[in-house]
Amino acid sequence: MDFVNAIILLLNYIFIPALTYGSQLALGAIFVTLIYGILRFANFATGDMMSFGTMITILFTWYFQSLGVSLGVLPTALIAIPFGIIFMILYMLLIDKFVFKYYRHQKSPPVQFAMVSIGVMFVTQAVVRIIIGPADRRFFDGEKFIIKAREFKEMTGLNEGLAIKSTQVLTIFVTIVLVSLLFWFLNKTKTGKSMKAYSDNEDLALLSGIDPKKIVLVTWVIAGILATIGGALYGLDKSFKPFTYFNNMLPIFAAAIVGGIGNPFGAFLGGYVIAFSEILLTYAYKKFFMYVLPESMEPDSLVQLLSTDYKFAVSFSILVIVLIYRPSGIFKGKVL
Amino acid sequence: MRKNLNVIAAYSIMMVLILMVGIFQSWNIALSIFNLCLISAVMTMGANIQWGYAGLINFGIMGYTALGGLAAVLISVDPVQEAWRAGGFDILMSLWLIVVMVLVVRFILKRFEKSKIRTYSIAAIIISGILLIRFSAEPGIEAIEAVDPAKTGFLGGFGLPIIFSWIVGALFAGGLAFIIGKVALGLRADYLAIATLLISEIVIAIIKHEDWLTRGVKNVIGLKRPAPYEVDLQTTDWFINLVEKFHSGKLNLIENLADRQAALNQLVIEGSSVFVKLCYSGLFLVVVIILLILTQKALYSPWGRMMRAIRDNEEAANAMGKNVVKQHLLIFILGSAIVGIAGAMLVTQDGLFTPGSYRPMRYTFLIWVMVIVGGSGNNFGAILGGFVVWFLWIEAAPISLFLINFFTAGIPETNALKAHLIESVPYFRFLMMGLGLLLIMRYRPKGILPEKIEIK
Repeated sequence: MDFVNAIILLLNYIFIPALTYGSQLALGAIFVTLIYGILRFANFATGDMMSFGTMITILFTWYFQSLGVSLGVLPTALIAIPFGIIFMILYMLLIDKFVFKYYRHQKSPPVQFAMVSIGVMFVTQAVVRIIIGPADRRFFDGEKFIIKAREFKEMTGLNEGLAIKSTQVLTIFVTIVLVSLLFWFLNKTKTGKSMKAYSDNEDLALLSGIDPKKIVLVTWVIAGILATIGGALYGLDKSFKPFTYFNNMLPIFAAAIVGGIGNPFGAFLGGYVIAFSEILLTYAYKKFFMYVLPESMEPDSLVQLLSTDYKFAVSFSILVIVLIYRPSGIFKGKVL
Repeated sequence: MRKNLNVIAAYSIMMVLILMVGIFQSWNIALSIFNLCLISAVMTMGANIQWGYAGLINFGIMGYTALGGLAAVLISVDPVQEAWRAGGFDILMSLWLIVVMVLVVRFILKRFEKSKIRTYSIAAIIISGILLIRFSAEPGIEAIEAVDPAKTGFLGGFGLPIIFSWIVGALFAGGLAFIIGKVALGLRADYLAIATLLISEIVIAIIKHEDWLTRGVKNVIGLKRPAPYEVDLQTTDWFINLVEKFHSGKLNLIENLADRQAALNQLVIEGSSVFVKLCYSGLFLVVVIILLILTQKALYSPWGRMMRAIRDNEEAANAMGKNVVKQHLLIFILGSAIVGIAGAMLVTQDGLFTPGSYRPMRYTFLIWVMVIVGGSGNNFGAILGGFVVWFLWIEAAPISLFLINFFTAGIPETNALKAHLIESVPYFRFLMMGLGLLLIMRYRPKGILPEKIEIK
């Protein structure tokens, strides 16, 4: 019985939260990696673009709520997300037309692109803060839990409860669907394959008649979908605050690079690598050992490898180590 | 003279702007803007050395600034004897363990050939070392943090004058840059940017959460000052006389003696804070001028030419027998050390150290905007960038408030949109910075004062 309790404990405090957080990171990381692979720059406006998409979603959610539209047990935000995506894509295309296009035609070095994306970051941050303000916003409605800890305890008679939030299931489910669709698109369709070719070797792709304008357009469309859904899921699960989104850019970058930047599948796995290592290294295992070990060997301390304050530092350290020993990432980047 | 006309013109306009703030808003505001402009100028000089001279991209400016600030705390605060007695030994033991660990790793690196076993054993040593240190230092840290946590709860510093911290801050930042440079400088430009950004976040995380060293988010307040205190000045005779003399014309107009005394008191209070700020301005100006002379000399020296050669064509410079790796490391350290000085200056001026306030927006990206806008590779440009961008950063709110009121003049105050816009005035500074950066990068990619190479 103790063993089952221990497993439930790990599931509840490590596995499910890490899987959710990892999915959110993975979507952002694929966004980063696509931009890097095809448009060839590190997009420092990632976090703020995600917050822009989420902001539009929130505005539409409020609008639908005021109309009285609702999805019952599911959050209203789900109807709002498509509108968020449309506005996000429009915003990205606008920025591409007025900002990035010029440098693409100039064939500027990646560093200059990165600098420009910092300009975009400032502007986007301003737009988001001016429209919705810097405050913390929750826009989740509907049923909060699928299983509550207390119900689970009563059901199974165990000591440990397992709480599953609906946002967690939603996040994992949507991520799996979206990522499968994306990989199907990249690997099976003609457009997807030409994107791969363009990312692999731009000159060769142009020679074989691939239209670069179309590739760029499709890339931004996919990026818009990923950014909005990733951002909205994070906002639903935790809460929306522009500053947190800006900060999330850092673990997202870490995930993309750890997975091998330019490689969407690597980025997808990288998100989970980062999320699991953050949570595994900062969790206090005391209770776990109390269940597993006999009473005489129970630990006195918290058995915590690192204090939770260093959550971010963990993922950054992993990134730095990967960068130094294997700059192409765990799954070999730059192949798309 | 004619060649430098644009430099002189740009600086004159900047000075006039600051003077206008002094005349229309207040001299206090003008001087605090001026002081922070000077500190920003030091930071941009550091970033400019790295980016403009050598083409190294360093997004870790925030980390070096914070280390400089930490130096100010460690140098100027008096040591907390009780905390040292409670946990000093444990901390020293842990430091000793870290040194041993580093030496062992170095020994292994030197002694054995590169192999999988070597890599794994080094990883094992580092991980077990970290665990050992963590568990051995724990009681000491807890003891230190328990010593009067509301006031101290940390080891304190050396109790020296805070001015020394400007040098120590440079050493701290340079030391960090040495470590980072050793591991990360081989990376491609955009990877280097991300790596330095993330490492600076790690530095901030450590400063924020190692309370025994820095007091963490509890902040350190009331640091010693190199300048006199306002309260002391207000009761000093020579200062009161000075203010009286300075404002004698205005004061003589007042007939009533009591009124005159009240007016004088008011002037003394205002004057004291202006005087203190002027003291800081003087100190900062000295630093800026010394650094400017040094960096200008370096720029036009054979070494500066070599750096430009490395920046413009690394392979060619390498083929000419220049040690690119070594020079990159050197310039990375030098630039970061200058940023460290600025960090210490900043904390010196504020008189407090708040680890929570170090955010990448303000301390990394804004500095980069300054360098790009001002003109990378040109020291005068970088300094001007520091002035212009900081000035706009502060004055953006009043300017945008004015613009909003101007354009919505016909709309009543109660209009929801107008009220919302006025409420979000503080965020227009981000918009201004972003648009400014984008426009400069598009239409004047070399900045306001571009780099000029003079071959003498």
